[in-house]
Amino acid sequence: MQSQTDVVVVGGGVTGTAIARELSRYQLDVVLVEKSPDVCTGTSKANTALIHAGFNADPDKQKGRLNVRGNELYHERIQHELDVPIEWRGAMVVATDESERPKLEELLAKGQDNGVDGLEILEREQLLKKEPHLTDDAVAALWAPTAGIVNPFELTVGFANNAVENGASVELEAEVTDITQTDAGFTVETARGEIDAETVINAAGLYADEVSAMVGVDDFEITPRRGEYYLYDKQFDIDIETTIFPVPTEVTKGIVVTPTDEENLLIGPNAQEIDDKRDKATTRQGLDKVLDGAQKTVPDLTKKDVIKEFAGLRPAIKETGDFRIQIEEEVPGFINAAGIQSPGLASAPATAELVVDLVEELHGDLEEDPTFDPNYSGPPKVRHMSHEERAALIEEDEAYGQIICRCETVTEGEIRDAINQPVPAQTVNAIKRRVRPGAGRCQGGFCGPRVVEILSEELGIPMTDVKLEGEGSELLTGEIKQPLLERVEERSEVNADD
Amino acid sequence: MTESREAVTGATNVMRREEHDLVVVGGGPAGLAAAQAAYDEGVEDIVILERDFELGGILQQCIHNGFGVHYFDEELTGPEYAQEFIESVAERGVDIRLETMVLEVTHDRTVYAVNDEDGMTELDAEKVILAMGCRERTRDALDIPGSRPAGVYTAGTAQRFINMEGKLPGEKAVILGSGDIGLIMARRMHLEGAEVEAVLEIMPYTGGLTRNVVQCLEDFDIPLRKQQTITEIHGTDRVESVTVQEVDDNFDPIPGTEYEIECDTVLLSVGLIPENELSVDAGVDLHQVTGGPIVDETRETNVDDIYACGNVLHVHDLVDWVTEESMIAGRSAARSLQDRVETRDEPIEIDKTQKLSYVVPDRISTVDPDREELPLYMRVHAPMEEVFVTLSSGGEQLTRDFQRRAEPGEMITLNVDTETLAELPEPRLELDVVPREEV
Repeated sequence: MQSQTDVVVVGGGVTGTAIARELSRYQLDVVLVEKSPDVCTGTSKANTALIHAGFNADPDKQKGRLNVRGNELYHERIQHELDVPIEWRGAMVVATDESERPKLEELLAKGQDNGVDGLEILEREQLLKKEPHLTDDAVAALWAPTAGIVNPFELTVGFANNAVENGASVELEAEVTDITQTDAGFTVETARGEIDAETVINAAGLYADEVSAMVGVDDFEITPRRGEYYLYDKQFDIDIETTIFPVPTEVTKGIVVTPTDEENLLIGPNAQEIDDKRDKATTRQGLDKVLDGAQKTVPDLTKKDVIKEFAGLRPAIKETGDFRIQIEEEVPGFINAAGIQSPGLASAPATAELVVDLVEELHGDLEEDPTFDPNYSGPPKVRHMSHEERAALIEEDEAYGQIICRCETVTEGEIRDAINQPVPAQTVNAIKRRVRPGAGRCQGGFCGPRVVEILSEELGIPMTDVKLEGEGSELLTGEIKQPLLERVEERSEVNADD
Repeated sequence: MTESREAVTGATNVMRREEHDLVVVGGGPAGLAAAQAAYDEGVEDIVILERDFELGGILQQCIHNGFGVHYFDEELTGPEYAQEFIESVAERGVDIRLETMVLEVTHDRTVYAVNDEDGMTELDAEKVILAMGCRERTRDALDIPGSRPAGVYTAGTAQRFINMEGKLPGEKAVILGSGDIGLIMARRMHLEGAEVEAVLEIMPYTGGLTRNVVQCLEDFDIPLRKQQTITEIHGTDRVESVTVQEVDDNFDPIPGTEYEIECDTVLLSVGLIPENELSVDAGVDLHQVTGGPIVDETRETNVDDIYACGNVLHVHDLVDWVTEESMIAGRSAARSLQDRVETRDEPIEIDKTQKLSYVVPDRISTVDPDREELPLYMRVHAPMEEVFVTLSSGGEQLTRDFQRRAEPGEMITLNVDTETLAELPEPRLELDVVPREEV
């Protein structure tokens, strides 16, 4: 790892990677440090994957302003620049009782104030035409055509890879253990060595309060808020075209029913404050709440055809309920991008834009790098190709003719591409996020061993060192008969001692 | 039938196009037996498309013995059983394509396959036999809450790691589900040096063969705990423990019965699901209970000239029955190709009482003078002792077969003399299971 840079970004979630990529547009040396073996392993990997339109956002808050601007940037730039699935499916907030209608009017007015385009109230008949599986109780809905769905894994990886292509560094397994202030800025101590930087940007998600406290800014606390989800098989009887919200209450936005970019149906999240930032366990009560809540708008849903349940943690600053994106005045050169809960994904490009403004506030106008290329493309997606396109691709490279994951039609070529990206996939889950083996109905039952084999080959490590995700998540514990041999050895040692 | 394996060259189209009499999707025991039987019935232009690097399917990782007792009259290991058929299709010159994945089968029998050597190939087939096998039910399909650490595997995946890769997936395991793979894997883990803390079964009876309970658990003092299930998995990076609970008659966990088992591995043997995604896209109708296609006695599906056999049709407990059934499919497809099949004016519907969970086939739609016996495959809902399986039509009993024990985990075969089908009171058969004293 290099020992000096202009800017260190702490945290490889969607916010940190978007910031690193936006900074790589300028003549700046940028290093992003991430504690896990991959980017996108925290809040960014387990959420509802929505680009909110912005009608629910409070314009007096940072998150409200950034949501609306972020949505614009996805439309204007990101969808054209990064090779990332984004679909503008639109969202509806469904009133299931006339008493909820005033709330729709309220949201409409708020959305119009925020400058959200195309908002309108749809009546029951129009709704059922759009979504035949919607509840019979539906009376009306606020319709937001600019709402979208995005693949959060490919988005985060896309930001990170594009940043590296433009000269930034992404250092994985580089947990920040301390930050000290120096005359020239900061020394950031990481698990992979020290690095001096003029500016530090803290986008550490759930751990942003801890990182901030390292420089003495400890006036906020991050509370993990857990949200649980069910994900359905893509071969599923209930087709849902748009993102469906119930009418929000003071307490919650309610359970969302939404398609994903890969045509799976996703329902969730509930919201529960917890203490442990590592506790991503699903619970019986939580999951039951999710299904109940989803049935409020789509009553036909059951647990049948669920292929995955998971939980994600949103890093909330409870006191303000807002993002905290600011230069910390008492520590010049330290910028917090903290408390990025929902709509953090929708806001990410705007958050990055704002952080660049803050960096310019500190250092004066930044000079653009003339070689910056905003365009990035990931591996080909054989699953989305026609048979003719597949044939042509395999003519070029036969590795795309070898299917490893049968459920998601993922080829060996795509898996090797993922391992050899600028930000390399080094774990089974890192590969799954990038190119999807194991994301289908068999959940890696068949392709798991093959993926472990390929990782072992490409990384030049034994299969027993291949990890699912973080430290300590090795999939295999050793060679067969190893425990027996160890017992035999122990016994012979005992005998030798006699 | 002429074969044309040259690629159709064109500026944009590099897809191979071929025509064949019979394309078999899957080279496991079902596909192999179907191909062999079709060849022996006189069809020579047969292609087997197999996704793995060798033929034999899941048998190749089943290195334990116990295969072939019925078909070969001797106990073989999985690879030995497979080898008999691999050699047999090789001798017959069947065209075998390995590491070849079928991406689509259309309702008019165009099969799209891909591999790294030929690229994409479009195979137009007169007959297609679906023999894709099944997959294992996952943790998520069971809806077990908790964390998502490393160390949770389906039993078959663990079997592949141990038997094919020589790697141990964990050292202290709890196995959920007493299906055959779970039982086999309990013994396998034990023999490779891992500790097996318990095998848990949500039902009041085992899902596997009795012989496996004895040979895999009892012989090694591995406890089998019935009417218990895992209600939560713990551990951040690697499994650390599971919460286990007793269940009531509705399989709901009983509050207050929770206890923890420390372990680093959870193996799931909680059912197999026929892999019918290709079938559904081809327009094949599936059976509610089996999850496999609805077929007549020739194993033809509702889509003309598309057949299905083996575990893609319904999950079998013994490979011997897979072989028997697949030979029916192969032979029938061949005879149909040769116009040697006489269709009944009205098919005979096969019905069953509530005591049976399913029966295959669903109906008898042809007359075949060369067929002396017709096997009906079925499973009971719950274990029963000393029963008769009865077959009747219009209230008249046609045949019956005594079973000392009938278990859901063991498929029952009733062989029906085809002569009895010649004159039926009505075009409908009904299967029932009756206690001996009621007969």
